[in-house]
Amino acid sequence: MADRLFTVEGLKVSLPDMARKPLLGPAPMLDILHGLDFTLERNCITGIVGESGSGKSTLGRALVRLLEPSAGSVVFDGHDIAHLPEPALKPLRRDLQMIFQDPMSSLNPRRTIGAIIAAPMRHHGLADRIDERVAAALTRVGLPENFAARYRHQLSGGQRQRVGIARALALEPKFVLADEIVSGLDVSTQAQILTLLDQLASEMGLTIAFISHDLSVIRRLCRNTIVMRAGRIVEAGPTDALFAAPRETYTRELIAAIPLPEIDDDWLTR
Amino acid sequence: MTAQPLCLSIGALSATLPNGDRVLRSVSLDVAAGEVHALVGESGAGKSMIGKALLGVLPPGVRQVEGSITLEGTRLETLAPAARRRLIGARTALIPQDPLTALNPSRRIGPQMTDRLTHILGWPAASARARIREMLAEVHIREPDRVIAAYPHELSGGMRQRVLIAAAFAAEPRLIVADEPTTALDVTVQKQILRLIADLQRRHGTAILFVTHDLGVVAKISQSVSVLYAGMVVERAPAPELFATPRHAYTKALMAATPRYTHPASSLQPVNSAVLAELALEVRAADTEWKRAHG
Ligand SMILES: Nc1ncnc2c1ncn2[C@@H]1O[C@H](COP(=O)(O)OP(=O)(O)OP(=O)(O)O)[C@@H](O)[C@H]1O
Ligand SMILES: Nc1ncnc2c1ncn2[C@@H]1O[C@H](COP(=O)(O)OP(=O)(O)OP(=O)(O)O)[C@@H](O)[C@H]1O
Ligand SMILES: [Mg+2]
Ligand SMILES: [Mg+2]
Repeated sequence: MADRLFTVEGLKVSLPDMARKPLLGPAPMLDILHGLDFTLERNCITGIVGESGSGKSTLGRALVRLLEPSAGSVVFDGHDIAHLPEPALKPLRRDLQMIFQDPMSSLNPRRTIGAIIAAPMRHHGLADRIDERVAAALTRVGLPENFAARYRHQLSGGQRQRVGIARALALEPKFVLADEIVSGLDVSTQAQILTLLDQLASEMGLTIAFISHDLSVIRRLCRNTIVMRAGRIVEAGPTDALFAAPRETYTRELIAAIPLPEIDDDWLTR
Repeated sequence: MTAQPLCLSIGALSATLPNGDRVLRSVSLDVAAGEVHALVGESGAGKSMIGKALLGVLPPGVRQVEGSITLEGTRLETLAPAARRRLIGARTALIPQDPLTALNPSRRIGPQMTDRLTHILGWPAASARARIREMLAEVHIREPDRVIAAYPHELSGGMRQRVLIAAAFAAEPRLIVADEPTTALDVTVQKQILRLIADLQRRHGTAILFVTHDLGVVAKISQSVSVLYAGMVVERAPAPELFATPRHAYTKALMAATPRYTHPASSLQPVNSAVLAELALEVRAADTEWKRAHG
């Protein structure tokens, strides 16, 4: 049996539904994840794909404990972190990192790239040899060391995404959540970032949850895949098998809807 | 290629930054009535800038220094600013690139969507509300009433994107500038949206300037394509021609960088340095000629 970094059982998330909040009294709860069971294999990139609004980002936020599940267990590297209070979570946080979709809004415009990459290291008590560590983080993602002195507006979209990756990897975490990190990039930059991620994952022994709508990218990058719809897991397993012989109708519909860069006159009406 | 009259014609459009550098380098492109024209190219190529020039919302410091923009026969440069805004407001709509910044975080979705219909087009409030409910259903939003009452942060990325698509289509404009309209959508919803676009295009003759990175989407929705690099159109062709026989090395390189689930093992090549060097030469040549003509 494969070694597992995450074992998740009965994961439920409910959030207050402000749209239906009465004038007085608390808002009714809206169930977003309806009890998910799954595992994430260690040293492996797992793709998470599925319907828009199905709860992929919510699931990701529960894994890195940006939100607390309403029920279920999330066992990470032997600890159930589902309901751990913040002080107990703190030592685990450096192993639970996240790369954001939009590096533009997640990078502070008034701080240098070096300061941005150093911040999480300082936060986790790694203030010694900080310039050296920042330089190593930049080199790792293929950026020149002197980029530490730049500001975000002096970088291209692909370079900003590399900075986001450098920041997440600076702490050498065990787990990285990547939520739609290439969807805003052009195909050339996307090709570079995917190759980089693939290489770093095997070099550093990373476990990555890679949320994406692009099934061609998932097919290329991810060993395992989880398919979601309406707050539930539809199907999960090795990516090869899932594409070769999808068991569920929804998975088949997803695969059939992938637009390939080829002219196909009646594709739209099929 | 098509006998349709032109909805939009952009001729030799150049725009400069405050330091005099051009962000748009003599861009020419035509969109026929009822046609989807795709605009592809790398990040920073100037795709959004073309849309902004057309809508008259160039960022501060960026100036249109040359060229013409003609919308359904009217040259926009000949209009007074107020008249130009009115014409643009009545005939065009924008699906902006970034749904989160385009929506006001402290207002509910419903009123944000009806604003355009009531304020710019003068619809009665009740018919505007009915229209947006209908449009939200058309973009396959499952619970339109929850979405209408929600604040932007309570919606997923794909739901916000569909809200903006529904708002743009609500008033049945003649031209829609759709800036990366389906990046946040799953492929089945994306396909339904592409179908909706094709359907509206057929029923109402709406023309669409479709900005995207995704050559898969280009192949499925567009009739013609402009490939942009550094604010310069490097190739323009009917879609079937572009995919069958791409002419420019840059177009070929973009196709090679696009992953296909049917070819999982093939390596993904970013645009290589030889192609980039060739493009740099073309940009230099264009700028030299422009400087000669403009002193
Ligand atoms: N803060 C919130 N309050 C209320 N509902 C929310 C909140 N955040 C998310 N939701 C709801 O939870 C559901 C799942 O959202 P989530 O962002 O996880 O979806 P997703 O699968 O990531 O979608 P997408 O592919 O569009 O990004 C949606 O119905 C959304 O409206
Ligand atoms: N407000 C601004 N002031 C000065 N330059 C700008 C401004 N906005 C954009 N630019 C520059 O203009 C060029 C074209 O930008 P534009 O937003 O049109 O690119 P794009 O092709 O839409 O890219 P993307 O695919 O990333 O959206 C870029 O080099 C960008 O850095
Ligand atoms: Mg999401
Ligand atoms: Mg843009």
